Amino acid sequence: MNVKSRNEWRARIIFVSFLAFTACSSTGDTDEGADATQNGSGSGATDTATSSSASGGGQLTQEEIRAQSALRQTVFYFEFDIAEFKPADRGTLAYHARDLAANPNKRIRLEGHADERGTREYNLALGERRANGILNYLIVNGAAHSQIEVVSYGEERPTQSGQIESAYSRNRRVEIVAR
Amino acid sequence: MNIRAFLVLTCLWSACAQSELSIQITQGVDNPIPIAIVPFAWEGSGVLSEDVDQIVMDDLQQVGEFQALSPGNMLSLPNEEREIFFRDWRVLAQDYLLVGKISRAPGSQLVQVQYEFFDINRELKLAGEILTGSVTQLRDIGHEISNVVFELVTGTRGAFTTQILYVVSEQSADGQTVFRLEKADYDGQRAQVLLESNEPIMSPSWSPNGEDIAYVSFETSLPRIYTQNLATGQRRQITNYPNINSSPVWSPDGTRLAMVLSKDGSPDIYVQDLLNNELIRVTDHPAIDTEPAWSKDGRSIVFMSDRTGQPQIYQMEVGASSFNVERLTYDCFQCMKGQFLPDGVNMVHVRRETRQSPNYQIAVLNIETLRVITLTNTSLDESPSVAPNGSMIIYATKFGGRGVLDAVSIDGRVKFRLPSSTGDVREPAWSPFFN
Repeated sequence: MNVKSRNEWRARIIFVSFLAFTACSSTGDTDEGADATQNGSGSGATDTATSSSASGGGQLTQEEIRAQSALRQTVFYFEFDIAEFKPADRGTLAYHARDLAANPNKRIRLEGHADERGTREYNLALGERRANGILNYLIVNGAAHSQIEVVSYGEERPTQSGQIESAYSRNRRVEIVAR
Repeated sequence: MNIRAFLVLTCLWSACAQSELSIQITQGVDNPIPIAIVPFAWEGSGVLSEDVDQIVMDDLQQVGEFQALSPGNMLSLPNEEREIFFRDWRVLAQDYLLVGKISRAPGSQLVQVQYEFFDINRELKLAGEILTGSVTQLRDIGHEISNVVFELVTGTRGAFTTQILYVVSEQSADGQTVFRLEKADYDGQRAQVLLESNEPIMSPSWSPNGEDIAYVSFETSLPRIYTQNLATGQRRQITNYPNINSSPVWSPDGTRLAMVLSKDGSPDIYVQDLLNNELIRVTDHPAIDTEPAWSKDGRSIVFMSDRTGQPQIYQMEVGASSFNVERLTYDCFQCMKGQFLPDGVNMVHVRRETRQSPNYQIAVLNIETLRVITLTNTSLDESPSVAPNGSMIIYATKFGGRGVLDAVSIDGRVKFRLPSSTGDVREPAWSPFFN
């Protein structure tokens, strides 16, 4: 194949893969080894169908797609009374870190939150602890501290009202916000 | 770049729309003191804007220790001592009698309120005076009379002329949340907006002389501590440290602010001198240390720390070694937001008994006897604040899905509620005595 048609072929694969993954917020991983990229909200289909038809250039394409999908996940949820992020989110966060590493001018803000139970000042501190946990993970995976601002809103900015667990669980979160 | 527009106004004369808090008694004592408050005579023309005797009646019944006789049951309606037949009141089993009359001060726009207060069983006059003020001060005069009556009967100074600060959050029509810091009489009347913002406001706190307040505002998109003078509305940004700047609390002598800063890696307690801006670090621990409160002598600080894994309450001296920390709570799964009552022995706090049930209630711990009394039976209670006479505690809770303020007497027998007409109310702070 000459260069031109290989690029055309690559373009078609990107297009087809994109169609296959527009509905998914995350992808299951079948290619990579130790690096676990299972995501917490994992409702995505695997990419076996397109991987088998990809030639040598296809692996990079899928990686880009996985990266884009991971970068679209900007809210990370937490268990009650817990400040550590869910292990299932490590892969997605690693993509965020690499994206920051690759784009030194990019800036983000980590906004930490808690549900309403407990006192307001404790929740302010808990929100910060949650955001700091993600901050440290991003730094370890390549982001620069100067790219990331951390702020906690405690229980002051819930996304859902109501004294039920379904509301509480959606309020216990850290959000990645572009600056 | 994510820009959150904010709107900050300082509204001195109720130019901004404020919430309306209305008081509801939710629990009273079994044997209230029977008191007869005879409608005061008005010797002027026109209609007075306030019903002074009704204000006294409401004050005394809201703290629950009194039961006022309905005027419809009164056998006579005296307005001064020489019109009183004590038998008329003994027959109705009343213990106390308050009479009065209001007239225009000669040659002025002021009004004069004369009141007289009697012990019916001893047929003895306990108090009487003439209070003069403008028509807009009638409510204040009513509360002054309540203070006198309350102290004569119970022996405790009345807190009816005190005020509260609180934060309101409200969803506007376009889905945005608006936050307001408001000040009102202790019973929710005469609310005024002190600050309005599209960003959160937290932790209002009174200076010991009641002239200034401190609070946390996110108006710069980050939590920072501000003070505000109530008379002039003048604001001053006190802190601009990185990360959390929160929980400002004035020292008893009004010269320092205790606060929580996480600039050194984790939230710790600091004290900032308001005159020279000198910052002293009080706690030094990688855990969360927060919610400072001062001892009456201003030498120690009570605070919450989760250094043993869960929030518990500790005390230490300002300036002492950070190893010199005394733990005050042991029996709870979580104990938070501790504050001493004026007696220096009882500590009100927020308490969660077990890991299994995430119920948060207001309780009082006697640090000498270690006895705990739980004052509330709601389950999302927070932010207790003590009245300056130590007799009642106001706190935030949820009712009907909305944030409301509840108040409970220190022995748990009397309760009233201050729901808001709009939005969620939280973080009450009871003022000191204003002399």
